[in-house]
Amino acid sequence: MDPSPAAASAVRFRGVSRAFGAVKAVDGVDLDVAAGEFFAMLGPSGSGKTTCLRLIAGFDQPTAGHIEIFGEAVEGAPAYRRPVNTVFQDYALFPHMSVLDNVCYGLMIRGVGKAERRKTGAEALKLVKLVGMEGRKPGELSGGQRQRVALARALVMRPKVLLLDEPLGALDLKLREAMQGELKSLQHALGVTFVFVTHDQGEALSMADRVAVFNHGRIEQVGTPKDIYERPRTRFVADFVGGSNVIEPALVRRWTGLDRPASLRPEKIVLLADGAAAPEGALGIEGRVDEVLFHGAVYRVELTASEAGRLVVSVPASTGEPPSEGAPVRAAFARDALHLMEAE
Amino acid sequence: MPSDARKTVKKPGRSPLGLRLAAGAGLAFLHLPLAFILLYAFSNEDKSFQFPPPGLTLRWFAVAWDRPDIWEALALSIRVALLSTGLAILLGTLAAAALSRARFFGREAISLLFILPIALPGIVTGIALRSAFNLMTMPFSFWTIVLGHATFCIVVVYNNAVARFRRLSPSLIEASMDLGADGFQTFRHVLLPSIGTSLLAGGLLAFALSFDEVIVTTFTAGQQRTLPIWMLGELIRPHQRPVTNVVAVAVIAVTALPILAAYYLTREGEHVAGAGK
Repeated sequence: MDPSPAAASAVRFRGVSRAFGAVKAVDGVDLDVAAGEFFAMLGPSGSGKTTCLRLIAGFDQPTAGHIEIFGEAVEGAPAYRRPVNTVFQDYALFPHMSVLDNVCYGLMIRGVGKAERRKTGAEALKLVKLVGMEGRKPGELSGGQRQRVALARALVMRPKVLLLDEPLGALDLKLREAMQGELKSLQHALGVTFVFVTHDQGEALSMADRVAVFNHGRIEQVGTPKDIYERPRTRFVADFVGGSNVIEPALVRRWTGLDRPASLRPEKIVLLADGAAAPEGALGIEGRVDEVLFHGAVYRVELTASEAGRLVVSVPASTGEPPSEGAPVRAAFARDALHLMEAE
Repeated sequence: MPSDARKTVKKPGRSPLGLRLAAGAGLAFLHLPLAFILLYAFSNEDKSFQFPPPGLTLRWFAVAWDRPDIWEALALSIRVALLSTGLAILLGTLAAAALSRARFFGREAISLLFILPIALPGIVTGIALRSAFNLMTMPFSFWTIVLGHATFCIVVVYNNAVARFRRLSPSLIEASMDLGADGFQTFRHVLLPSIGTSLLAGGLLAFALSFDEVIVTTFTAGQQRTLPIWMLGELIRPHQRPVTNVVAVAVIAVTALPILAAYYLTREGEHVAGAGK
């Protein structure tokens, strides 16, 4: 889904900052989320991603900059006047209301008649596969069911943008994986713009059309998951998103003549026995194996390479036994496996 | 089989004999005097506390019923309790809402200042209020009693409300706003049902506190006599001793029932809150 620059962005940030006293939680962010896009805001805690989400929702106001939702300026508009709805991290279901009353709450506030809103609410519950739970109280539901209620309660409002704050954070692994697929197909079916916040890079990469990587209140890179994974722009993105190796500029200069750090994906390195010649045109580093971890499909081998420092190599388990710990090895990789990043 | 199971379960729940005796003695010490009040309300002898009463009669209930001074005092007490409770619910809830949501320097100190009046001896509160009213040249009246009672009624409402507010997730309010509700609608549909039972419980306690208050009332009342003040007067110059006991029984009923209700409301807070709608 390519963002078309002609149409109005679903969400547009221009130089948006949010300062809490001297601390800038969000620091001059520019952002364009295309209509119909599944957009992830990824970053460690305290990186400003949740604050950005709250700025879109209207729970918080920027201290500087400009925010538009589908071409309309929303600075100063309270949450209840914005065409967006939120799925909260703790779901925030109203404990004294039944599931159906929770889902119909927004419609009731909007003044929709009782019969009609019950019908709409029941449809929304069907959409999230919660038929038969209408009369239950939130306290009687499991975490996964609560999340579906929260989703239905937001979707029933037909928001132009749906905001999700760590939507899968509180679920266990199996449920999380199932829910990832469901959110994705729900978003496809409805065509609503989804903006979600997560600290889990796997979640962001597998669900989103595009990802914005946040660090220290700024966006380090925006791109498709493949982009971000294979072509990180900065050291932070390489490390946080891809778990990639970062080769220092000094070493990169020797190979390429350029004074820039480079990322090197662990799966693009092959380990050769010490003394074996590297294939034609490949680059190589001498090292010693520190640790070998079995990850199922792959072994994760950590080396100390004399020149590059610590290096992680991913060795497919299908290629046989990995080198043993303490063994001297040669790490070889093709020249174009080296991805040059921004000079620092 | 089931009885066997019960036997083994019951054992650890039993307290030693000495402890049970002590608990019984404590209860007797607390409640026997009340039992005497109850008993002498039915005594047919009105000059002395002779034990056992020579005979029992319902006559004093009829006599009490026909005394206009009792009705006057009762009406005043109820009006004072209702008004000071209402005032306390309004101010106590607002204070609790503000202090549980905002974070600012001195928050704990202000919280303590709200609770302090209940720890302060009534006589200190009474004297302080009396001098304050004098300074403001406010004549002592029904309203000065209400203000006096409100000082400690606010505390129980505030305490109840603040506990409930703290358990309330702040994202509930945001969720309501997010779904289109403005501040007033959020208060009505989300906040009020969530804190309703704690307000009711706080209000009932406040009512009971106000209804049997003597000390602060003594300092802040003018010529008015609330029911407890009337009883004090009766004890000093008794006309018909058993009538005082009859009134005491009524006061016990009127104050004990709200306190019991408040206890059950806060104990099962969550369930009752859910059943509210």
